[in-house]
Amino acid sequence: MNLAVNNQSLMLALGLVVIALAISWKEKLGIDRDMIIGVVRAVIQLFVVGYLLKYVFRLNNIWLTAILILIIIFNAGYNAKQRSNGIPNALPISIGAILISTSVTLGVLMLAGAIKFIPSQMIPISGMIASNSMVAIGLCYRNLNAQFRQERQAVLEKLALGADLKDASKEILRDSIKTGMQPTIDSAKTVGIVSLPGMMSGLIFAGVDPVRAIKYQIMVTFMLMSATSIGSVLACYLAYRGFYNDRKQLTV
Amino acid sequence: MSLIELKNVGYQVDDTPILQDINLSIDAQEWVTLSGPSGGGKSTLVRLIASLLSPTSGTLLFDGQSVDDYDPIAYRRRVSYSFQQPTLFGQTVRDNLSFPYQIRQLPFDEERAVSGLEYVGLRASDLDKGVNDLSGGQRQRVALLRNVMIYPEVLILDEVTAGLDAENKAFVWSLVEHFNQDDNLTIIAITHDQAEIDAAKRLVTIENGRIVGGA
Repeated sequence: MNLAVNNQSLMLALGLVVIALAISWKEKLGIDRDMIIGVVRAVIQLFVVGYLLKYVFRLNNIWLTAILILIIIFNAGYNAKQRSNGIPNALPISIGAILISTSVTLGVLMLAGAIKFIPSQMIPISGMIASNSMVAIGLCYRNLNAQFRQERQAVLEKLALGADLKDASKEILRDSIKTGMQPTIDSAKTVGIVSLPGMMSGLIFAGVDPVRAIKYQIMVTFMLMSATSIGSVLACYLAYRGFYNDRKQLTV
Repeated sequence: MSLIELKNVGYQVDDTPILQDINLSIDAQEWVTLSGPSGGGKSTLVRLIASLLSPTSGTLLFDGQSVDDYDPIAYRRRVSYSFQQPTLFGQTVRDNLSFPYQIRQLPFDEERAVSGLEYVGLRASDLDKGVNDLSGGQRQRVALLRNVMIYPEVLILDEVTAGLDAENKAFVWSLVEHFNQDDNLTIIAITHDQAEIDAAKRLVTIENGRIVGGA
């Protein structure tokens, strides 16, 4: 391990925040307060998480690990719901979609022997999967809301011709699922060329051979593809009916 | 017994009444023309009849039974609604004419589509024409054809000739005449066109959410 971050170097790195604050003050951006709150929250949250993870890793208990994964999934679902802008049942839909996308992806990775059910592997990987699923689902919701309003007349015309809800919404569903998956596909295309992603950078930073590090990154790319596609498909298919009432009439 | 019967039908959004106390009976194969000033509630009325909206008061019967008792999808296949300035789906004319078959999971009847296109003054080769290459009149004809590829019992026309030139108007109207007289479709047509109002077989006038004449 060749990492050399200690409390003293962290204090000195705080100078970087001072630069950001100085820019905000000079340019009258009015975000000084937000920046300070953000930095203080980040430091506190990360310290709490660091000590908590240290404890959980040492305890190595299956149930505690499972509970933490469920908490991650609930939080991700709750955050995705915040992007739903009034879509009915968005909370259970989001939690369900993230739960299934995370479980399927983790299950495949475990069956493949890529990860083991130990907290030091399961918790960070679950976090990565759930957070990507969360972002994808949030984008799906935003697109569903925008498209049902923008394509209102086309949907009405399809209904008027006797289409069922799925046929009337098919184009919107397709577009929304694509939107949810797009960031993952884009980052998969540019991984290694534009960015050295977090996991790979972290491993290299910690002294792991880059050839080994990329194998982990390849695994991450695969798992995020699976997680965002499952999450997007489930969320879109479960949410679109919320735009209709029980008489199969468009309500937007 | 009338095919469509509205008894004291009302529709309101929040506390704003859009339609009030509508009583109207329409017989099978009848042709009813709806007219009246813009914003008077004509489109809302036909959307209620097409089950794209539900009345907030009163009863709407179809074939003697409450519309609420029908499956909405099956009902809309019997009572078809054609919009003013219609949206064409997909890329080509074919995508539009095959849509009624797709949603019923039936094989596309290309022969019927071609004869339909020729009947409405287009060519067989137009089946694969891009929807963006059609003129306004052609778009309206394709949209109308889409509504009758598989015949409904009732055809609702919401100002389908608005914005068309005189020649296209006359053509679309002659088509509707054919649907009504030769194919026995019940027609409910909204119009602002004076010639169409003058030629109406039965004229119903709606103002401020109420029927003021013709019911």
